[in-house]
Amino acid sequence: MASETFYEVMRRQGITRRSFMKFCSLTAASLGLAPAFASKIANAMETKPRTPVIWLHGLECTCCSESFIRSAHPLAKDVVLSMLSLDYDDTLMAAAGHQAEAALEEIKKKYKGNYILAVEGNPPLNEDGMYCIQGGRPFVEVLKETAADAKAIISWGACASWGCVQAAKPNPTRATPVHKVITDKPIIKVPGCPPIAEVMTGVITYMLTFDRLPELDRQGRPKMFYGQRIHDKCYRRPHFDAGQFVESWDDDGARKGFCLYKMGCKGPTTYNACSTMRWNGGVSFPIQSGHGCIGCSEEGFWDKGGFYNRVTNINQFGIEANADKVGGTLAGVAGAAVVAHAAVSALSRARSGKTEQGEK
Amino acid sequence: MAAYETQGFKMDNSGKRVVVDPVCRIEGHMRVEVNLNDKNVITNAVSTGTMWRGLEVILKGRDPRDAWAFTERICGVCTGTHALTSVRAVESALNIQIPENANTIRNIMQLNLYVHDHLVHFYHLHALDWVDVVSALSADPKKTSELAQSISDWPLSSPGYFRDVQNRLKKFVESGQLGPFMNGYWGNPAYKLPPEANLMAVTHYLEALDFQKEIVKIHTIFGGKNPHPNWLVGGVPCAININDTGAGGAINMERLNQVKSIIDRSREFIEKVYLPDLLAIATFYKGWGFGGGLSGKNMLSYGDIPQRANDYTAANLLFPRGAIINGDLSKIHEVDLNDPEQIQEFVTHSWYKYPDETKGLHPFDGITEPNFELGPKTKGTKTRIEELDESAKYSWIKAPRWRGNAMEVGPLSRMVLGYLQPKQFPFIKETIDGVLHKLDLPVTALFSTLGRTAARGIETLYCAKLQTEQFDKLIANLKAGDSATANVEKWDPASWPKEARGAGFTEAPRGALGHWIKIKDTKIDNYQCVVPTTWNGGPRDPKGQIGAFEASLMDTPLAVPDQPLEILRTLHSFDPCLACSTHVMTPDGSELTQVTVR
Repeated sequence: MASETFYEVMRRQGITRRSFMKFCSLTAASLGLAPAFASKIANAMETKPRTPVIWLHGLECTCCSESFIRSAHPLAKDVVLSMLSLDYDDTLMAAAGHQAEAALEEIKKKYKGNYILAVEGNPPLNEDGMYCIQGGRPFVEVLKETAADAKAIISWGACASWGCVQAAKPNPTRATPVHKVITDKPIIKVPGCPPIAEVMTGVITYMLTFDRLPELDRQGRPKMFYGQRIHDKCYRRPHFDAGQFVESWDDDGARKGFCLYKMGCKGPTTYNACSTMRWNGGVSFPIQSGHGCIGCSEEGFWDKGGFYNRVTNINQFGIEANADKVGGTLAGVAGAAVVAHAAVSALSRARSGKTEQGEK
Repeated sequence: MAAYETQGFKMDNSGKRVVVDPVCRIEGHMRVEVNLNDKNVITNAVSTGTMWRGLEVILKGRDPRDAWAFTERICGVCTGTHALTSVRAVESALNIQIPENANTIRNIMQLNLYVHDHLVHFYHLHALDWVDVVSALSADPKKTSELAQSISDWPLSSPGYFRDVQNRLKKFVESGQLGPFMNGYWGNPAYKLPPEANLMAVTHYLEALDFQKEIVKIHTIFGGKNPHPNWLVGGVPCAININDTGAGGAINMERLNQVKSIIDRSREFIEKVYLPDLLAIATFYKGWGFGGGLSGKNMLSYGDIPQRANDYTAANLLFPRGAIINGDLSKIHEVDLNDPEQIQEFVTHSWYKYPDETKGLHPFDGITEPNFELGPKTKGTKTRIEELDESAKYSWIKAPRWRGNAMEVGPLSRMVLGYLQPKQFPFIKETIDGVLHKLDLPVTALFSTLGRTAARGIETLYCAKLQTEQFDKLIANLKAGDSATANVEKWDPASWPKEARGAGFTEAPRGALGHWIKIKDTKIDNYQCVVPTTWNGGPRDPKGQIGAFEASLMDTPLAVPDQPLEILRTLHSFDPCLACSTHVMTPDGSELTQVTVR
């Protein structure tokens, strides 16, 4: 039986052609594209069957799956029922054992070269890979076999992107991020522990809508969500610039919502969308709820000193130390810190421009 | 292994072997093997944890104030409960007293986790063991509506509503792309619901998927995000500001109103959707009484939800604490996490090494040295296991015992311990009696797969009620003028003793959870966790005693032997969490060479 296209799915859900076209122009506009793109989007949606997705789990804690189902727009339900075809995901699928393995084999064969592989967690390489066993075999084997015929790979979360907690020193199982095991496929890293739900569904819908990978930065992360630091867009930033800091938990500054920099906030060195998109449908984000950012979308964030140590300890951003020393007294020097931020952003822009062609 | 008898079960691995790997719709990686006799009844069950991450050694040498963030990442499904256990362990070691508001906010967050986790478990991880999605296609929407309205006044119940869902489902199935429903056990005779009940349940599967994302917003308000909200040794990180300038940057009236609104809506969903569905499904399955396992024999709970801050005695806990052994329901034993004789872990059948594997070790003295070796009767090779040899080592999970007994932990243990102490837990007793009366079942019916699933639902209702009470308590304390949320007297490590040790506990949604910490020179010297799925899913001990998963599968008949529907149904009734159970690691933790492997 022929597979249903995205457009057909929307039509039978009672959406008129007119609304469908409107949806396409809105999508184009919200992604910052010229109006001409609307018809391209419409065309893509009218003709494509739902893209099959295989979602594998290595060493992880399932926080990425949990985050994914929290997506408010689009709803996780609509993503799974109408936008893509989640044909293998051991956390959600009805089948188990042989029937689950048969499903995996069938999808790999039927949609060879056309499915998206989403990986949550990572493969451990010590002990011949047997720290993570799936179907009696090392997970790393399943990963390699499934990656071989995938169109593209999404590395969900800090585990798949960087290694995360099980790869923190001394990394006893030699937990290894996906891109170090699979080197011949386009990989989109969507880091965070977990990533924001709407970032996850945003990346997926972008790929389905435009039939291409999102623009990636030097480290393989979508620029649209990971292009700026938490600190750049933090609503408490004016307090940083004004030298108003929380000095101790539950002090007057904490109650007034002052800057958490001195409490160890990693916002100044963390690239993520938390301070703009916020969490769980925009309700809050760590800094708004009184705790500093722990930097969970950055590589090796577990090994960059304690979560309550100031980021002055982080060498590559040494310039921030100056801001700390004087930020409380001299607004003029805090201004210099802003310039320093800008320089760092410009630098990473330049770097990403240099390598992104190679990744496409 | 020859045939033998243990804990009242006759173990016999001579019949046909059935392997299920991966066991899906759980957290983490797990395998189960069973033997069937000629009547397709399970005569031997082998439960294997198939992943290992090593968090405890990673913690060694780190700042104890950071430990909550590491241990929280043990599990993203029961997110927050490891973090809470961790801050309690550190506070116990350093004798830190937390403010009343911090205790109440932690309680609200913990209860909020229960409400979310149990609901998602029932609909998204467990329901498909009872509900046949394909059968829902042949339901009459009008009759479905009548059924729904007969059991609940939940407004989304019109014939048109169910027809729309059914149409969406039909188109989905007709597309040929079945997604997560591909290769399910549809049409298996072990499914007992009529099409209308199936359609109602599938509809609520989708509704619950939409609703669950609202529940967790309480974590987002107090902890900044979910999964993995933020916690703090000494209190909670969110300051409260009700009256003053800058209230917009803290917990203020708007935030509290949002919390209240979520608590109320969650309770309504549980009362009008979850529990009626549970009862409706139970009505059709009450004749299927398998899966009791160790329940009714050996049950354990540490208790949780301290009424007053800093008092962790059983009398102050709103979740019951205690142990029952040898089926003697008249005697509730006291449980002490610090007593070296009570909780011990064995590794005879686990992929670890002890100097003397006939003995167990208390977590304060725990050793975890990996030793991946397969028994001589294993079929296959080291990296292509066909059948495991359970007479040797066969799991990445250790085998914990309480005074030498294998125990079941989780909602059923908690609810039974509450039921047996009606003076302290009248709501639990009344609710269970009400449910049993409705289903016309005796109390012993609780000791089954269905009973475990029902206990989880009853507990969710209890948690929803407690959430309201804890919220009211928070408001009352604020009215009394106390808005403190953190005690920073011992925030500075310079104020700590040279050496300290402590144990922290919670009841995770899946059962008893303990963390044991040793601090030396302001750093973590040793950190051990014993988690619910270690208790339930662990392998055998030196005496050959089986754990709760294995026991629960014994003597269950399979309707279709190559479709493990009944196995999944019973395993899922425990809500297995394998990432939790298999995170332990060698204490020496030497640095390993970094090699990039292609």
